[in-house]
Amino acid sequence: MKHTISVLVENKAGVLSHVAGLFSSRGFSIDSLAVGETSDPTVSRMTIVVDADERILEQIMKQLRKLIDVIKVQDLTGGDFIDRELVLIKVDAGPKKRSEIMQAVDTFRARIVDVNPKSITVEVTGDRGKINAVLELLRGFGIKEIVRTGRIAMARRNKNQ
Amino acid sequence: MKKTGAEVILESLRKEKVEVVFGILGGAVLPVFDAMYDFPIKFILTRHEQGAAHMADGYARATGKAGVCMATSGPGGTNLVTGIATAHMDSIPIVAITGQVFTTMIGNDAFQEADITGITRPITKHNYLVKKVDDLADIIKEAFYIASTGRPGPVLIDVPKDVQMAETSYKYPSEIKLRSYKPTYTGHIRQIKKAAEAIAKAERPIIYAGGGVISSGAADELTRLARKTNIPVTTTLLGLGGFPETDKLSLGMLGMHGTQYANHAIMESDLIIAIGARFDDRVTGKIDEFAPEAEIIHIDIDPSSISKNVQVDIPIVGDAKLILRELMKYVDKKEPGPWHKRINNWKKKYPLSYKKDGKLRPQFVIEQIYEVTNGEAIITTEVGQNQMWAAQFYKYTEPRTFLSSGGLGTMGYGFPAGIGAQVGCPKKIVFDIAGDGSFQMNIQELATAVVNKIPVKVAILNNQYLGMVRQWQELFYKKRYSHTSLAGGPDFVKVAQAYGACGICVKKKDEVRPALKKALSVDGPVVMDFRVVEEENVYPMVPAGAAVNQMISGMA
Ligand SMILES: Cc1ncc(C[n+]2csc(CCOP(=O)(O)OP(=O)(O)O)c2C)c(N)n1
Ligand SMILES: [Mg+2]
Repeated sequence: MKHTISVLVENKAGVLSHVAGLFSSRGFSIDSLAVGETSDPTVSRMTIVVDADERILEQIMKQLRKLIDVIKVQDLTGGDFIDRELVLIKVDAGPKKRSEIMQAVDTFRARIVDVNPKSITVEVTGDRGKINAVLELLRGFGIKEIVRTGRIAMARRNKNQ
Repeated sequence: MKKTGAEVILESLRKEKVEVVFGILGGAVLPVFDAMYDFPIKFILTRHEQGAAHMADGYARATGKAGVCMATSGPGGTNLVTGIATAHMDSIPIVAITGQVFTTMIGNDAFQEADITGITRPITKHNYLVKKVDDLADIIKEAFYIASTGRPGPVLIDVPKDVQMAETSYKYPSEIKLRSYKPTYTGHIRQIKKAAEAIAKAERPIIYAGGGVISSGAADELTRLARKTNIPVTTTLLGLGGFPETDKLSLGMLGMHGTQYANHAIMESDLIIAIGARFDDRVTGKIDEFAPEAEIIHIDIDPSSISKNVQVDIPIVGDAKLILRELMKYVDKKEPGPWHKRINNWKKKYPLSYKKDGKLRPQFVIEQIYEVTNGEAIITTEVGQNQMWAAQFYKYTEPRTFLSSGGLGTMGYGFPAGIGAQVGCPKKIVFDIAGDGSFQMNIQELATAVVNKIPVKVAILNNQYLGMVRQWQELFYKKRYSHTSLAGGPDFVKVAQAYGACGICVKKKDEVRPALKKALSVDGPVVMDFRVVEEENVYPMVPAGAAVNQMISGMA
């Protein structure tokens, strides 16, 4: 099962290698990982999506907590949280297909960010359901390239609020 | 006050009450060694950095204080790696300080540059690359704190040469500011009460104690608890000395080469109280068949150890000493019953034994070492058969008297670890029970021992083989002894003498006692070459992958 884990870490050199290294040396695999500063510049947040059963997930959480520079680890899955991913999709689009694609993209409130004689690049932001639906739809036209940011997520309410 | 980075390092070590540093210098640590020239700190120059790391480790295991080793950049650091990994696997507090190339050169494949923080990431509890001299004192303080608290472990600090030379206004920090590292010490009281209830109900309980008992200093608490409740105690290799093996409740060591009675007892138990132990595969054997009827209480300071290998029923996270003290209040006295009778029958039926004939057998040598030292020595071991016999045939009664590389199984550990232990405990007798193969992996430290007058006694159980591997070839590879013979090895007596140490060769059983007496009378390092029976095996043995009560007993 996919789990979205939110990890607060010290914003220091070497932290990413400690986290990434933990996953590789213990044989856990990462679906996606996104990192950025939080409102406190000394703290960064990593959002990590992993595919793991309960036992492995428990180990991942415990091993993450054991890292000295990790401040807090939370499994958001199952709780109330917002998640988003941004994906750029380059679609094969000669002049004939173009209007059809534009229409499809519109219904999903995705955007066209670049147009070439042979292709169109679509930007879509959303949760997993939406992204999958858009990808499914565009696959029919022929996808040339995909770039994804990896998922970021935020709990709707903090525990102490 | 303005100080250079090099001076900050030395001052900080003094503030941490470091008595001794082991290591070798080189270009990238010259500023530190120049500052050391007239600084009051004891430095022991080793002959290989691996030796330095094991010495720091042996010092730490024997004294309970963090050991310190130092090396230059590049090959100096990489030579420390095996020693750091050894300490990491066994949760031993050491602080390793390495020199690094100039910060401006890092990443350029400069001369003697190695990414030592990258290399040691998976084998340290934490590591640092110091980029600013102003951070140095804070980092050193943190390093010692992290190494020796919680579940202890090695910490490495990599200091570029320009940082050693740069000046800073030095003030040793009085406290640690670490929001992300707060080990749990006191156990959850509800869990402790649950454990007490489980103990009250249990008919066939067993305590399974590991290295955590030693590192937490919980041996007395463990002994009191076991005696009050009359629960038999088995220990892991690293737990030896955590409970007196002379006590009638002691079952000795369990696992692959553990006693048959310990293995039968744990397999048939209805309650396992695991304390500072991690259900290693050498202990549990085939995991699916391990102790099928047992409820499991697991006391450990490291939450990630709990339910990693086996599912735990009552986890208690915290420091073993504090938890056992608390638990003691809630448990009632219990008298021995049918369970103890069963265990005693196993003890009678399957004692540890070996063939008592006229030949010089390795087990006999260890029994003799036990007798001449009144069981009061610090024993270090190498790895292989020598290690297992040392675990089986010497009775450990005090914590920090059995030092051995358990998790990593590092050949070459015992001798330098013995030197470190002897430096930390100058009044103790220190014996390295060695194999002819392992001893040669750090034999160069004889020079360190001789020059610094460190009187470690090395007892080589010389079987002319990489014995433990030969044993596996004998039992599982049809005696095809592929490359395990060490025949043609050196004359260890001459080697010892060449280094300026005393060497004694023993070929007969009745020469053992006098040789040991002589070794003890020599005020300096001694190498004893015991020419033991070559194809002796370690028994009992649980074949890899079998359940732990499926032992080969193979009485010689
Ligand atoms: C550094 C290292 N290399 C290889 C091994 C694998 N190994 C385990 S035991 C052993 C044989 C050890 O021989 P010796 O020191 O003579 O001890 P004996 O088993 O004969 O007592 C070997 C090669 C190891 N544990 N460590
Ligand atoms: Mg040998």
